[in-house]
This record gives sequence, structure tokens and C-alpha cells, in this order.
Amino acid sequence: MIGLEHYLIVAATLFVIGIFGIFLNRKNVIIILMSIELMLLAVNINLVAFSSFLGDLTGQVFTLFVLTVAAAEAAIGLAILVCFFRTRGTIAVEDVSNMKG
Amino acid sequence: MGLADITFYLFAVTVVLSGLLVVVSRSPVHSVLWLILAFLSSAGMFVLLGAEFVAMLLVIVYVGAVAVLFLFVVMMLDVDFAGLKAEMAKYIPLAGLIGVILLMQFAMVYGTWQFSDGYETRLNSPTPDLTQIQNTAALGQLVYDKYILLFQAAGLILLVAMIGAIVLTLRHRVDVKRQDPLAQMFRDPAKAMELKDVKPGQGL
Repeated sequence: MIGLEHYLIVAATLFVIGIFGIFLNRKNVIIILMSIELMLLAVNINLVAFSSFLGDLTGQVFTLFVLTVAAAEAAIGLAILVCFFRTRGTIAVEDVSNMKG
Repeated sequence: MGLADITFYLFAVTVVLSGLLVVVSRSPVHSVLWLILAFLSSAGMFVLLGAEFVAMLLVIVYVGAVAVLFLFVVMMLDVDFAGLKAEMAKYIPLAGLIGVILLMQFAMVYGTWQFSDGYETRLNSPTPDLTQIQNTAALGQLVYDKYILLFQAAGLILLVAMIGAIVLTLRHRVDVKRQDPLAQMFRDPAKAMELKDVKPGQGL
């Protein structure tokens, strides 16, 4: 029988993979953004699992809002990335420190 | 082990494996494709949990919009991804250490955590009887009533994100010829053409 713990373990593993990906691809901003999406997905799995097993719909409502913020964040992040690539010709994260405000 | 259990394990293993492949795969295009697989299988897990609306939203928003946006940017930017990947091996020990520490912390939390007594009476918005009302309808009644302010704020966030993305990526290219509608509208037909009387044998 599948219980709440199974879903929590999957979500925790996915979250750790997201953190792992951020540290592994320190230079590639695109993969870092994808890792952030993975972490938000893990949070969504947690919210929906608790919502389902507690019998409370609030978790699913908040999943909607997390989804909205994740979509907005991806759009803005990729727009900044395109902007940065146009001026510098690279997407290496180290070069971002050259901007200095 | 019933069919539902097997389905859960299938989706769970797919989510975790494709999540791992997102971060270690060589080409970013492959990463995006693995990301799409992770989103699709987690949508399957949401269906198993009885959250159909959120599952379909995940497919539409993540797979249909966010992942395609990633794919678009990866293919549009001409980046030397091999150079970015070259130093990946250097970071594996640190990344693995942080991952293991985080995993141990999660294990400690999950090992000691439990529901408090009588939580059923303190639910914020209990799920209505699913034989009477569908998941989507119940969610809609909650979002449009109790959480209407948050819902409006979410719409505002999307609007700001849209305007921000357009403003960030819009640029005026000077090396392109373009129409000037005002100049076209304000041109005077009388001055547009001039008649010259050219005498035979002479130029202008």
C-alpha cells in the first residue's frame, strides 16, 4: 500500500537532485534554472501529497500559485539570460560579477 | 502489490531517474527533454493522488510552456556547452557532500515527524465528497472564493513577468530598414511628383 511517506521520499530525492544540479553545473545558467524548476516540482509533489492524504484542498490551491510563480520565474530568468548573452556572448555565471550593479 | 502500487513505483522511478539525467546529461537539449519526462511522470503521480486538475495544469504549463521556452532559448543561443561542462567533474565531491547532508537532514525530519492529534478538526478547507463534486469544481470554488485575492495577485505576477520579459528582450536594431508609418501618412501628394519640361537634346 502506497502511503504518504512514499511520496515524501520521492519529493525529497527530487529536491536533493535539484540542489545537486545547482552545485554540479556552476557555470551553466540554463541547467541551474532547470534545477530550480525540479526543486519547485518537488515542493509541488509535497503539497499535493499532503493535500491528498490529509483531505484538505488548500495544498492543491497553493500548488497552483507555486506553478504560477515558477512559470514567471522561468520567463524572467530566460529573458535576463538572453539579454546577458547578447551583451557578453557567453552564459558563464562567473562573468555576471563583471556587471557591478 | 496492486496495479496502483506498480504504477506509483513506475512514475516515481521515472521522476527520480529523469531528474538525475537533467542535471548530469551532456547536452542541454537532452536536459530539457528529460525535464519534460520528469514533469509528465509527476503529473501521473498527481493523477494517482486524485489531483487531476493540477496534473493537467502541470502538463499544460510546464510541458507546454516552460519546457518549450527552455528548448527555445537553448537552441537560440549559440553557446559552447562543452566548455561549460568541462569542469563538471571538479564539482562532484562538493555537490555530492551537500546532497548527502541534505538527504540526511530530510531523513531525520521524516523519521521523527508525525501528524498531531485531532488534525481532522483543524483542516483549513476539507476536501468535499468526491462523489458529489469533481476535483476541478471543488478547487474552483475554493480559488474563486476564499483565495480570490491570492488568485488576482498570481495574475498580476504573470502580467509583470510578461511585461518584464518583453522589456528585457526588446531591442531597437539600427542595422535594419523599417517602415516609418508617420512619414508615410504625412507625405504630401502634391510634392511627391514634379513635372519637368525637358528640352530635346539637353539633359536636366
